[in-house]
Amino acid sequence: MTTTTPSRVDAPADGEDVSFWSATRLVAEREVRMFLRTKGFWIGLAVIVVGLFAAAVLPSLFGGGSTSVATVGPEAARAVAAADFDVRAVADADAARDLVRSDEVEAAVLPDPAGTLRVVALSEAPTEVVSALSASPPVHLLEPGEVSPAQRQLVILVFALVFLMVAMGGVAIAQGTVTEKQTRIVEILVVTVPVRALLAGKVLGHTLLTLGQVVVIAIAAPLALSMGGQSALLGVVAPALGWFVPFVMAGFVLLSGMWAVAGSLVSRQEDLGSTMGLVMMLVMGPYFLVMFLSDNATALAVLSFVPFSAAVAMPVRMFVGQAETWEALMSLGLLAVTAALIIVLAGRIFSGALLQTGSRVALARAWRSSE
Amino acid sequence: MGMLTVSNLSRSFGDHRVLDDVSFDVRPGRMTGFLGANGSGKTTTMRIILGVLAAHGGTVAWHGRAMTPAQRRRFGYMPEERGLYPKMKVGEQIAWLGRLHGLSDTDARARTTRLLEQLELDNRADDRLEELSLGNQQRAQVAAALVHDPMMLILDEPFSGLDPLAVDIVLAVLRDRAAGGVPVLFSSHQLSLVEQLCDDVVIISGGSIAASGTREELHDRYGTTRFELVVDGDAGWVRDQPGVRVVSVDGPRALFEPDAGGERRVLEAALRRGEVRSFVPVVPSLEEIFKEAV
Repeated sequence: MTTTTPSRVDAPADGEDVSFWSATRLVAEREVRMFLRTKGFWIGLAVIVVGLFAAAVLPSLFGGGSTSVATVGPEAARAVAAADFDVRAVADADAARDLVRSDEVEAAVLPDPAGTLRVVALSEAPTEVVSALSASPPVHLLEPGEVSPAQRQLVILVFALVFLMVAMGGVAIAQGTVTEKQTRIVEILVVTVPVRALLAGKVLGHTLLTLGQVVVIAIAAPLALSMGGQSALLGVVAPALGWFVPFVMAGFVLLSGMWAVAGSLVSRQEDLGSTMGLVMMLVMGPYFLVMFLSDNATALAVLSFVPFSAAVAMPVRMFVGQAETWEALMSLGLLAVTAALIIVLAGRIFSGALLQTGSRVALARAWRSSE
Repeated sequence: MGMLTVSNLSRSFGDHRVLDDVSFDVRPGRMTGFLGANGSGKTTTMRIILGVLAAHGGTVAWHGRAMTPAQRRRFGYMPEERGLYPKMKVGEQIAWLGRLHGLSDTDARARTTRLLEQLELDNRADDRLEELSLGNQQRAQVAAALVHDPMMLILDEPFSGLDPLAVDIVLAVLRDRAAGGVPVLFSSHQLSLVEQLCDDVVIISGGSIAASGTREELHDRYGTTRFELVVDGDAGWVRDQPGVRVVSVDGPRALFEPDAGGERRVLEAALRRGEVRSFVPVVPSLEEIFKEAV
């Protein structure tokens, strides 16, 4: 029945010891496995994907119908024939007016007593009909924009929202750390594996989870756009998406160390709010700044090099065509170095704070009490 | 020499000195009971042995040499404030801890299954920890400390909160490990319970070691052995016997502490007087020893 071999017990040698990497991998594996079982993870992802499809496909479904026009007489019919209108020929002007009043057509084109044509509409001049009937001068754009301002705003919003979702996902690291402190399993873990492997495993596990989500989104977005028939927009978004993935991932790693520290400083979930404030600001701040300053090229350029906002600002600049490739590479490098630095600093604070229970641990104290 | 040797440990929290020159041995194959009142320094000592807390002085040696972190990782530890992941399944969680200690996936699962069977918890392996009763959570905690076949066990109050049946189950598992040569150090404040469980005893009081040794040694050193005599008539005559200090006389029953050979003279006298119903030595309880040592 006994399972212990005396030789092993007697051996004063170190015996098999779990390497830092195996410990990290095991911690990461647990984080991923447990997280994949939570409903919130899947609901969050589903909401984003469904939202993407809705934003891309719905406009073409609702706004897509062609304008309906009633015409009286052959001259009017000829005039609108060239344009893509849903034309209904009616007998006289009164019938046409009735159709306009009853909202069955958006406009009516009638022969004018002066020998020209007259457009009748309910309350607003029907821009499409008017421009179809008038001779516009040819327009030559020196720098043709492939996306409309509305589309541009929408894409920026989506980038910022995905960043927000990914960055806030790091809260799970903080909560997990507090759970370990609160249940004191941390004592068993600390005796078993190096504390830094615990941090590394958490960061790795959640980075993989986030990467999975971001990849799903990066695949869903082009699909949604092509389903919605927005191939022109897709052509511009696709390269920006290529930049967005590495940027948002590096941004996540940068924040994940800070989330872990926020968790390690308190011993109860209820106290977590007090330490998460700063990290929240570092997530929400870039989100709002990029949203509000997206028209200000200079501000956006600055934000695209600040590590905390680069994750969303630089892909947006790449999307609107304001930044060169070398700028993106430089910013990404800066972000990666900062993330590595933060993780190293976080490792020290995390080790110093993890076993201190009770009231909130001051950062300086955690720093000093680490080995 | 002990397998684990704790020498001159000291530790303070602020101005409060919680450990002062604490030294003792834990020997292989023996259950060592670490006794003390709440706040006497048991948990602090155990946390220092495990490296969870730093000592301000003193050393912890394994086979006579300073203990390394790698060796500590092969210890089995049950912290005082119990903790495992509440939302993780019991079996999955214990197997994971086994892998964290370096077991292969297959090994970890096999040992988890075996341990849960020994602890009679196998039917709850697929339940989340939080779904278990506190007593069963505690058994899971024992499994977590044992899954990797630790070379030493350090258990902080392993029996508190267990019903008598569970105490027997857990005790059998621990004895099994001790029989395999693993030193077991466990703390407790329930002296009467520990009395039956431990081979060696370390008594700590106010942060210093008050007594340590085998249970028998402590009995010899601290307890004056008493005898109880029960006769047919009144036992009051025992008071007049030389070389005997009578503790109490209650009708036919007398409790006394004899000098060397005194109990023999009393027994002979009793036999001369008539029938002797009972004549037994009364071994002092650990509780009495504890009170005397502290």
